[in-house]
Formats: sequence, structure tokens, C-alpha cells
Amino acid sequence: MAYSEKVIDHYQNPKNVGTLDKSSKNVGTGLVGAPECGDVMRLQIEVDQATGMITDAKFKTFGCGSAIASSSLATEWLKGKSVDEALKIDNMEIVEELNLPPVKIHCSVLAEDAIKAAINDYREKNGLEKIKFEESVVH
Amino acid sequence: MLKLPIYLDNNATTPMDPRVFETMTPYFMEHFGNAASRNHPFGWAAEEAVDYAREQVAKLIGADPKEIIFTSGATEADNLALKGVYEMYAAKGNHIITATTEHKAVLDTCKHLEKNGAEVTYLQVNKEGLIDLKELEAAIRPTTIMVAIMYANNEIGTIMPIREISAIARKHGVLVFTDATQAVGKIPVDVNKDGIDLMAFTAHKMYGPKGVGALYVRRKNPRVKVTAQMDGGGHERGMRSGTLNVPGIVGFGKACELCMLEMESDTKRISKLRDKLESALLLLEEAYVNGSREHRLPHVANISFKHVEGEGLLMGFNKNIALSSGSACTSASLEPSYVLKALGLGDDLAHSSLRFGLGRFTTEDQIDYTIKAISETVIKLREMSPLWEMYKEGIDLNSIEWAAH
Repeated sequence: MAYSEKVIDHYQNPKNVGTLDKSSKNVGTGLVGAPECGDVMRLQIEVDQATGMITDAKFKTFGCGSAIASSSLATEWLKGKSVDEALKIDNMEIVEELNLPPVKIHCSVLAEDAIKAAINDYREKNGLEKIKFEESVVH
Repeated sequence: MLKLPIYLDNNATTPMDPRVFETMTPYFMEHFGNAASRNHPFGWAAEEAVDYAREQVAKLIGADPKEIIFTSGATEADNLALKGVYEMYAAKGNHIITATTEHKAVLDTCKHLEKNGAEVTYLQVNKEGLIDLKELEAAIRPTTIMVAIMYANNEIGTIMPIREISAIARKHGVLVFTDATQAVGKIPVDVNKDGIDLMAFTAHKMYGPKGVGALYVRRKNPRVKVTAQMDGGGHERGMRSGTLNVPGIVGFGKACELCMLEMESDTKRISKLRDKLESALLLLEEAYVNGSREHRLPHVANISFKHVEGEGLLMGFNKNIALSSGSACTSASLEPSYVLKALGLGDDLAHSSLRFGLGRFTTEDQIDYTIKAISETVIKLREMSPLWEMYKEGIDLNSIEWAAH
């Protein structure tokens, strides 16, 4: 299977690899996937609590090139967005941007799940109710 | 000078040896005859070439030429052996013993036979990939007609104790069939010393052409018969109809001859390169060899790099190095390698594996390049891996409740 140029570029030059302080109150961490399934994503957001804007985003991913690219792209998109805007990121936008083939759609779903998990972690830390999401369909 | 890309997937297929190709070329145009045409020089030339090739093939495995049935490849030979014996020996019984790490051509054929009334025992393997001989013997019933155990495994290279297996089977009057696709031409295989009754193998894993293989069918002690699975002109002593692939068979013969002549020197050189590759990669932290290191094909290494996913790893260098992974992502099924799982490897380690298959044309500078490229990519991806970070922090990954998806 040939990868799209964008996947290759994110794989070779991943954006925002790293770790934020997960104990910090303004950091939300989402850890999704499972080692047995061959992909685990950890996505973190740092939120300016005054404005609700995401000031930084970092990821680490165990997975194939498409999983790495999906999470790298997600962190790029998250930076500068408000938390509410971030909630609107749909996995199909990632699929389109990266030209993922059908067999790799689950990588984009995982990235969307990671975003949601990070936001919920942030909300919980700050005394807000967790948002209930519908189960993602494509797994 | 280093030539890229580097081919280290010789278990999938081998490049054809130029000497094989050269031998084949006259049989496409000049000597195009049908080997079954008995009445003219075109047929005679083809028949003579096939006869000669049959001798070359038989010699490599210590067989009589009459015991070689040419097929389209090892998959067809596997099908013919299993289905052919099952049908031919129906009066004796319906039970077949095989192992969980067999190639799909054997496992899926067994599944097919189960639908038709066969009973199949799938022996488990230990962490080295070897079956337990006591379990094998205990599994034999009065209705057992055949033991089907591969000679050497395609993913991990583990060599089964075929002589011990056949001794047990023979004691109970059970036929021994072995898929020796990965072994023939690489290590000494002798159907008489090894006590083999039927054996499948193929040209394209030993520097011959694709589309031609053989089933060895013993003619003496005991005389083995299989029911044909392809009906037609009664070629190959009635066991496999269909006009013979003369150029392919000629190439197969030449490939066998070369393997016979060069096996010793090839093995010495290739196993040295394999050992160099393996010991260099094992210098990386949390890198493990899968399967037996003692009972193993000389050109194979299967290594897991923990906390790095196989397909992601391959992507780091697959423009320049051709390799296989046991990762789910490289297969159509999204399931990690069933062979690695049968060894008792967790799915996470199966996802993290690479299979190296060296060959006759592998060079030392290619191995040096590979060591460097893989080591660098493993280190880079671990920097990116949340699992590696957790491991380094001393977190037990098994203590985490993963949301399986």
C-alpha cells in the first residue's frame, strides 16, 4: 500500500511530539487505543483557562504511519482553537486531509477519540461535567 | 557499492538466479513443445528437458525421479497431498494431525476437509515454535491417516524435528506429509533419512521461477497414493493432469542443482550475515528473537522491538529495505501474525515484529546499512511512543485498562 505524501511528511517530520505535565490543571490528557490492537495514542492539550483557547498540544503514538500522521495532524489543528471548536473536529476531515485509505480510517477515529478524551480529562480536572459522546462507529 | 533497495524478504520469494534464467530461455520459443507429444522432435525435446529436471529435483531431496509430481507451486502440492490422501485413504480413517503454525495452504485445506467430514487435531507449539513429540504420539488414533507438519516455518524459521516426528508416525503406520517450502534448497533434506512420505516444495523460494513446484510422493516402503485433484490428460502418473510448464520445470531443476552445489557455502556465508544482523539489533533495548535460535533456518531472523509498531517501523525504511512484519497493519485481516501468537507472544509483541529473510544475493554492506537504518528508526519511534515513555517511567503496561477497539 502506498502512503499519501502528507502521511509520509507527518511520519518523517511529526509535529508536536512530546509530553505536557499531565498533573497540571490546565492540561488535558487523552490516552486511547490498546497495545494489543497495534495502536495507542496519547494526545494532550494545554488550555488557557481565561480564554478557553488551546495554547499547546502534544502527542505520542504507538502505531502505523497513518496513526502517527493522524495524531500529528490533530495536534496541529488543535493549537489555536477553543475547546468548543476542538470538539467539532471530525475524523473524516482527517481522512480527507491525509488521503487515508478505508483500511486506515480507524486511525482517524482514534485521533478523534483522543481529542475528546483529552477535552474530557481537562473538563473533569476543572470541575466540569464530562461530555458523553456517541460511540464511534468505525472501529 | 551498496545497491538499493535491499531485498530481505527471501521467505516471501527469492530473486531468480541468472543461471536459472539462462537455462530456461530456450524453452519458451526454441523448444516450445508439449512434453506429452510423443510423436515428434518438439515433444521429445520438451520431454527430455523435463526428465532431466526431474532428476535434478529428485537428487536434491534424495528421491527417485518417479516420485516427483510437478505442480503449479507449493500451495497446489499442499492441497494435493492433504486432499489426495484424505480421499485415497478414506477406508482407513479420517483423522489428520497438524500444527497451529502451519502455512495457510495447509491450515485452510484442513479446514476445508473438516467440512467434508475430516477430523483434524491442531497441535500447539511451545515458545520456540516446536511441537511436543509426546503430544503428537498421544494424538494418534486408529483412524489417523496422516501427520502434516511443516519442515521449517516461514515466519520464524523454526525447524521441526521431522525425523523424530516420522519415527513416531511410522511406528503407528501413519503417513508423514511435510510442507518443506522454506527448507528445501536451504538445509539438507533427505526424504529417506527423514522418513517423509509426501513433501511439498516450490521453485521460487530457491532462486527458481514462480509458478512451478512439486509434490514428492513415496513409491516404496510404503507405496503412497493420492487421489488426483485435477482431472484431465493423466499427466504426472495420473496424479496431476495439465500440460507441463516446461520452462518452469527446467528452471526448477537448475535451481535445485545450484542449491545442491552451493548449499554449504551459501549457508556458511548467509548465516554469518544473519548472526551479525541479529546480534547488532539485539543491542537495542527490549528487542527479542521470536522462535528457536537453535533449531532455525540459517537465513531467517524474526525480531520484536517492544513498544514500536511493526508497520510504523517498516515505514521508516521500506523505500530502501524490503522486509515483512507480523503486525496486523501489514496484513489484510488486521489480525497480527497467528504464528507469533501461537508461540505465546502477546499481541503487542506480535505487532512489533520484523521478519528478516536473507538470501544468496544478500551482501555485507546491505546488512550494515540495514542495521543502521533499523536501529535509528526504532530509537526515533520509541521517542514518539507513549508505551516506551510509560515503560521508561516504570509503569506496568498490563496494569492499565486499555480501551480495546
